[in-house]
Amino acid sequence: MSVTATVITLAILIWLVRGLTRRRRDITPRWSEQRLLIAGGVIMPLVVVTAVSVLAVGVIQASERTEPEMRIEVEGHQYWWEVTYADGQETANEIHIPAGVPVEMVLTSDDVNHSFWVPALGGKLDLIPGSTNEKVIEADEPGVYEGLCAEYCGIQHANMRFLIIAQPRDEFDAWLADQTRPAAAPEGVEARRGQQVFEQQACSGCHTVRGNRVADGEQGPDLTHVASRSTLAGLAIVNTEAGRRRWVAHPQIVKDGNEMPAVPLTPDELDAVLAYLDGLR
Amino acid sequence: MTLAERPVPRVAAPFAALQRTWDDRPGIPGMLESVDHKRIGTRYLVTAFAFLLIGGVEALLMRLQLAGPDAEVVGAQAYNELMTMHGTTMIFLFNTPVFAGFGNYVLPLQVGTRDMAFPRLNALSYWVYLSAGGLLYSSFLFGAVPDGGWFAYVPLSGNRAFSGGLGMDFWAVGIAFLGVSTTVGAINFLVTAIRMRTPGMTWPRVPVFVWGVVVMSLMIVFALPAITLAGLTLEADRNFGFNFFDAAAGGEPILYQHLFWIWGHPEVYLLFIPATGIVSTIIPVFCRRRLVGYPLVVASLVATGFISFGLWLHHMFATGVPALSADFFSVASALIAIPTGVQFFAWVSTIATAPVRPRLEPPMLFAVGFLVTFLIGGMTGIMVAMVPFDWAAHDSYFVVAHFHYVLFGGTVFPTFAGLHYWFPKMTGRMLDRRTAIVSFWLIFAGFHVTFFPQHILGLMGMPRRVYTYTEGYGTAFDVMNLISSVGAFVIAAGIALMTWNFLRSRRRGAEAPADPWGADTLEWSISSPAPAYNYAAFADVESHAPLWDWDEGRTRTAVAVVDDEDLTQPLGGHHRTIVTSALEADEVEVVTMPSPAAWPFALALASLVICIGIVASSWLIAGVGALGVTVAMVAWQQGIAER
Repeated sequence: MSVTATVITLAILIWLVRGLTRRRRDITPRWSEQRLLIAGGVIMPLVVVTAVSVLAVGVIQASERTEPEMRIEVEGHQYWWEVTYADGQETANEIHIPAGVPVEMVLTSDDVNHSFWVPALGGKLDLIPGSTNEKVIEADEPGVYEGLCAEYCGIQHANMRFLIIAQPRDEFDAWLADQTRPAAAPEGVEARRGQQVFEQQACSGCHTVRGNRVADGEQGPDLTHVASRSTLAGLAIVNTEAGRRRWVAHPQIVKDGNEMPAVPLTPDELDAVLAYLDGLR
Repeated sequence: MTLAERPVPRVAAPFAALQRTWDDRPGIPGMLESVDHKRIGTRYLVTAFAFLLIGGVEALLMRLQLAGPDAEVVGAQAYNELMTMHGTTMIFLFNTPVFAGFGNYVLPLQVGTRDMAFPRLNALSYWVYLSAGGLLYSSFLFGAVPDGGWFAYVPLSGNRAFSGGLGMDFWAVGIAFLGVSTTVGAINFLVTAIRMRTPGMTWPRVPVFVWGVVVMSLMIVFALPAITLAGLTLEADRNFGFNFFDAAAGGEPILYQHLFWIWGHPEVYLLFIPATGIVSTIIPVFCRRRLVGYPLVVASLVATGFISFGLWLHHMFATGVPALSADFFSVASALIAIPTGVQFFAWVSTIATAPVRPRLEPPMLFAVGFLVTFLIGGMTGIMVAMVPFDWAAHDSYFVVAHFHYVLFGGTVFPTFAGLHYWFPKMTGRMLDRRTAIVSFWLIFAGFHVTFFPQHILGLMGMPRRVYTYTEGYGTAFDVMNLISSVGAFVIAAGIALMTWNFLRSRRRGAEAPADPWGADTLEWSISSPAPAYNYAAFADVESHAPLWDWDEGRTRTAVAVVDDEDLTQPLGGHHRTIVTSALEADEVEVVTMPSPAAWPFALALASLVICIGIVASSWLIAGVGALGVTVAMVAWQQGIAER
């Protein structure tokens, strides 16, 4: 399509420049100008439009026919993605899928409009509160594909990105089985103290850690296996020990205006919480 | 009705008594009272141009923020405010009003009459425009700048939980208020074009620009109610606890998008249509060649107007529309290529078959710049009309590039062409030619440097409306963003030079003759600047290019006496002009127009007070405004009843 457009554009431009610069010895045009107008202005666009429309309608109809083998629920939040699998496994901002399998994303939103877009895997589709949209994606090859929110959704729209992690089927199945487990119990004094701080402070009011009776908040991402993810905060943070520290200590500096408040922790408490999070694999 | 026609010289001599009657009082009272369409038109153009400069500065700040990865020039919140105000300013406060400005200045002159059909309403249009623009920008003073995007989608903009503060209230109320100005102006253009045409100007003899304004106005009358409703329902949701768009309370967020785009799509075409009217005016003049296919061009304008109402869903392909609707709107969107193709080939054929080598004076340069730029924008338009392509390109920088090619290319270049073309008529001075040419090349080159790379960035996956992007998308990605930012400053340099040229030439430019371009329409038959009364006698025209008819030796006649009243002399100090029949413009009647009055100004001001009251949620302020509106409306009528 780009090639056709370029060829037509260049042809008309050349003609335009000739018209502007030609010396007028013979002003009798070879074609009558009305015929020129009909040929260029009516027939040419009609042919082009018909051709591309037939192609486009074919693609639209075909897109309706793909039968998915699997469904994943994706709910948009300002400014992160909640991902839920069939048996209730929950994660955030990283959507694992089996490679070579058509997977249906069931899209909705908790707050404002968002749009699901993985440029390398196809077009975009909106997440709208109060309704669901379905989009089938398929990654032919295993790999990591970056996705993002394509509908302006507020101050941190730019930092609402995600990853599609396409894995060979057996690897994916193993990952999903792993995600089904409740959270690992904290190991060591530091981590156990971290769990206490997590439970007593605001953290547990917004985040769920499956297996922990106190931490059952719904507003933020599920943290049951948070340490097994490679990123945090809609890809604003690389999920290393240092990255986690920066995020927990200064969420409003890292991602100005996002929903996570800066929880006042003493340096000791911060260390403890980080030790606890590190164990949530 | 008895008419007396007399031969007139190509350029009419001034009529002192008429000039005294039609001229405004000096000083501030005259300024506030003026109903002179030329003065109002010039005000529209100057105000719109000022908003262009403001919106341009906002764009520069955005491009600074985006010049490199992870930049922290303005930050997230300020970027989103700039992004919202840039779009709002350019569409609502620059692009739409600038054509109201051209329409105001040029339309009455081209149809050969003395003023708009409703002069006081015309003054009201301008004052409301100025007030609404002021209201929107006063948000900066209160630190409550709209930040929900120029489209103000719900739920983000419709619910205080997601957009606190008064920012989006300023937006919603300002936009609804501005709709009054646009609608009233459109009705005025329609009545003026239908009933005020000079004798003999049947519809096939109406200049193309006037056709453009007529089609634009018809579209405004049908499209504007949707955006007014969008603004009002948005404010009702935000401020008065309605739930039109709240899904949790049974509302429907998608409904807002339909409302917005049922206005929004016709809107972009109603900007484009008068712009093409300017191009169709200018190209023939500088080619010394009547426009090829005039009837087809006019038919295309009308067809574009009609089709534009059936395309809105193509802005919503990514919301999950059924396949059948997508098919329909996709094909309908692509069909617009036909009327646009007709117009395009009419211009190119006019150039290709010109009897002289086209003169590349500044207005013509901008018109050619339009042709080149718009051609590319039209091609990418066909691409994004195709749903599968749109799913990929939608809300990416490809679309940003596309609509700047069609809006900057398709309407701003014609705007600049028109400003350079009519400047001598408006000011009586010529612009400096060399400065104008340099500014054209800066703007033209800067434009393509800025926006061409954005096509590629979009295809690489850069989404719109992001205040930053991280490192790691590759050198090409970063470099193209930097190039785009550099280009923006080249455009800015060109526009700064152009502005300087306007300001300087207005006082110091060479004196303009009545017809500096050898043009074909009536406004060039009177002195530059035009006298306050425009025409002492009403030309009897035989084609849409009357001045060229006269050059070719046809007799120049004009209606000067109707029912024994000599129209070249004022009668009792009133503004008197003629109205003609709607179709054939042959039955002539003399009417007295409303006198200048400050009541339209007062009415706009009082309406502004109501709007402030709504934004501030103060019934007291709104009540005071309503009282003022009542007083101004009653007083307005008094002035007219005196006749």
